[in-house]
Amino acid sequence: MNPLLTQEVPLSWYLLLSAVLFSLGVVGFLIKRNLITVFMSIELMLNGVNLSFVTFAHQWHAVKGQIFVFFVMMVAAAEASVGLAIIIAVFRARATLAVDRIDRMKL
Amino acid sequence: MNADLHLWLIPLLPFAGFLINGILGRGLPKWLVTMITLLAPLASFCVVFNASLGIFGFLPAFNSLPYVETCPLPWISAGLLHIDFSFVLDQLSLVMLLVVTGVGFLIHVYSVGYMGDDKGYARYFSYLNLFLFFMTVLVLAGNALVMFIGWEGVGLASYLLIGFWFQKKSAADAGKKAFIVNRIGDFGFLVGMFLLVANFGTLTFSEIGAKLNATPAWQGGVLTIIALCLMLGAAGKSAQLPLYIWLPDAMEGPTPVSALIHAATMVTAGVYMVARTHVLFDHSPVALGVVATVGAATAIFAATIALVQNDIKRVLAYSTISQLGYMFLGCGVAAYSAAIFHLMTHAFFKALLFLAAGSVIHAIGGEQDLRKMGGLRKKLPVTFTITTIGVLAIAGIFPFAGFFSKDAILYAAFLQGTNGKILWFVGLLTALLTAFYMFRLWYLAFMGKPRSPEVHAHECPWSMRGPLLILAALSICGGWIGIERFGTFLAPSIGALPTEAGDWRLEIILSIATVAFALEGWLIADKFYRRKPERPAQYVAALPASYKLLANKYFIDEFYGTVVVKPLLAVSKFFLEWVVDIGILGGVAWLLGGVATFAGAILQRWQSGNLRSYAAWLAAGAAAVLLFLLVPWATVLANLPAIHLGMTEH
Repeated sequence: MNPLLTQEVPLSWYLLLSAVLFSLGVVGFLIKRNLITVFMSIELMLNGVNLSFVTFAHQWHAVKGQIFVFFVMMVAAAEASVGLAIIIAVFRARATLAVDRIDRMKL
Repeated sequence: MNADLHLWLIPLLPFAGFLINGILGRGLPKWLVTMITLLAPLASFCVVFNASLGIFGFLPAFNSLPYVETCPLPWISAGLLHIDFSFVLDQLSLVMLLVVTGVGFLIHVYSVGYMGDDKGYARYFSYLNLFLFFMTVLVLAGNALVMFIGWEGVGLASYLLIGFWFQKKSAADAGKKAFIVNRIGDFGFLVGMFLLVANFGTLTFSEIGAKLNATPAWQGGVLTIIALCLMLGAAGKSAQLPLYIWLPDAMEGPTPVSALIHAATMVTAGVYMVARTHVLFDHSPVALGVVATVGAATAIFAATIALVQNDIKRVLAYSTISQLGYMFLGCGVAAYSAAIFHLMTHAFFKALLFLAAGSVIHAIGGEQDLRKMGGLRKKLPVTFTITTIGVLAIAGIFPFAGFFSKDAILYAAFLQGTNGKILWFVGLLTALLTAFYMFRLWYLAFMGKPRSPEVHAHECPWSMRGPLLILAALSICGGWIGIERFGTFLAPSIGALPTEAGDWRLEIILSIATVAFALEGWLIADKFYRRKPERPAQYVAALPASYKLLANKYFIDEFYGTVVVKPLLAVSKFFLEWVVDIGILGGVAWLLGGVATFAGAILQRWQSGNLRSYAAWLAAGAAAVLLFLLVPWATVLANLPAIHLGMTEH
């Protein structure tokens, strides 16, 4: 058997992946101009964090981290529904989804 | 055995009157305002009278003096200094209280008639009650600080009442003048109090007296300075040289106010204060000398000005200053009870004269110029009679009240060695001048033919005549108690009269001299204004310079105006307003505002509304926090030289 397969993946790899996902989310949030892409970037950040939660939960054999992930997913789902509703409302009002043009608190 | 005398009621009742009339007075019917304002001083007088009955032994509950009433709550407690809010009733304050509340009540009654048509009826009476409140606090004070409250308060009441007709610019200005000139005196009083605290650690009169009596060898030095500071305060309040200038202008107020505040009670507060702190003066011959000299100088100075004044109230104002000078002369020769005696009789006859003058002014429709009066004897018989009594009393003719007290002061002055003889002679000369200008007033106003025949004069109502009659009776009999009995009564609180060097023959000779000088003044006035009415004009023509000097009151107002007021105004205008106010304060305000505006202009760029810029700042902040938490800054900083060296080594 390939020794690589029997060996466990080191912790740092998971964390590195998690950090990469999170950073991609941050960069996407900052540079993307489309509101939906920005929204997706947020989801990316959340999942990056989720990955590190799961990693540590596995490492320390603690179930709390995994429970926390469920919570984050739940909140993310709620947020997605609300956020998408807002996006639709904004699009109806402004006929655009360019983030830079949505810079007023009022319509 | 001591009964409770309820001293606190004495000031509090007029204060209640002030509050009710001051707050609600405009809405209350006039008769109610009158009732409240009259009941307050009458009730105060009753409390005082009750106390005096107890003290003179008419009531079984005999009270030994001094009787102290202290507020149970601590008032001021700072380190070693403890000051209680305490009232003291002793012989001195009892006499003062009887005068203040008694004469005060009479003048309240008189005011009901005098101010009856004024629009500010309730306001006037609330101020008058406020004055009585502060005056009784001043008199009852057991320590200098409580006295200072009353002292400032009567100043306030005086200011309010001088400027009562504030629509008139001269009245408003006179009020301000009185207030500002009094500040100079109050400065002296304050410094004196600070020195008392520094040297005695207390402001209570009885404790200061006890400390000084325990150390009879302690003379002069800092005591002189304290006494002179207090004298400055007294000179301001009691209109003595050089701070007398406010009193003649204070005649802008209603005439009953002039009678109550600027003749009978408030202006005598300075004399009262000197008598109250007499132990300090007794320990400082220099201060006593200053007091006596200031008193004598003021007496003759003001009397000479009064000779040529044509406004009836101004003549009386200068005569008040002159009589106050007599009182200070009495204090200065350590004859405090003679000074208080004169204070009392003066309160009677000067209040009488002012009220009579008010009744004359009231009768002929607001005219105050003596030259336009004349022949009022027939039209105002009652006023004429009582003015005559007042004039005889102030001139010091036997057996009216003024004779006894003035004689006591002059006699005490005569016994004080060579300087005392000079002071005595000045006093004697002043007596002559006093008789002259008072009879001049009398002749001009009441004798001869009416100079303005079209004026229809009418006698005043009974509310004004009643107080006049009582005061007239007091002006006749007020002195009959005699200085010996009066002095003996006051001796426990202000010391016995220094009479050991005299004998009764000398006293009688001096009395005759005083009366002779007064009669001489009368005779001259008679000659000038009845028998040879052309005489005054001849003298004016013969001595134009002297007349000009007197008629312009020695140009003292002009002198102060040039030396003090104008430089002060210039400094205020050019330095305080332009440099300090506009330059420094305005500059600082402008700078602060400018910095805030500038910072705001920069910081507002943050608030762009741009979502991505907010997110970028958020990320930057998070990065900064991470940097701060993850890098071990303390270690890095501590090892910075080592790292640097290590880098250079490699």
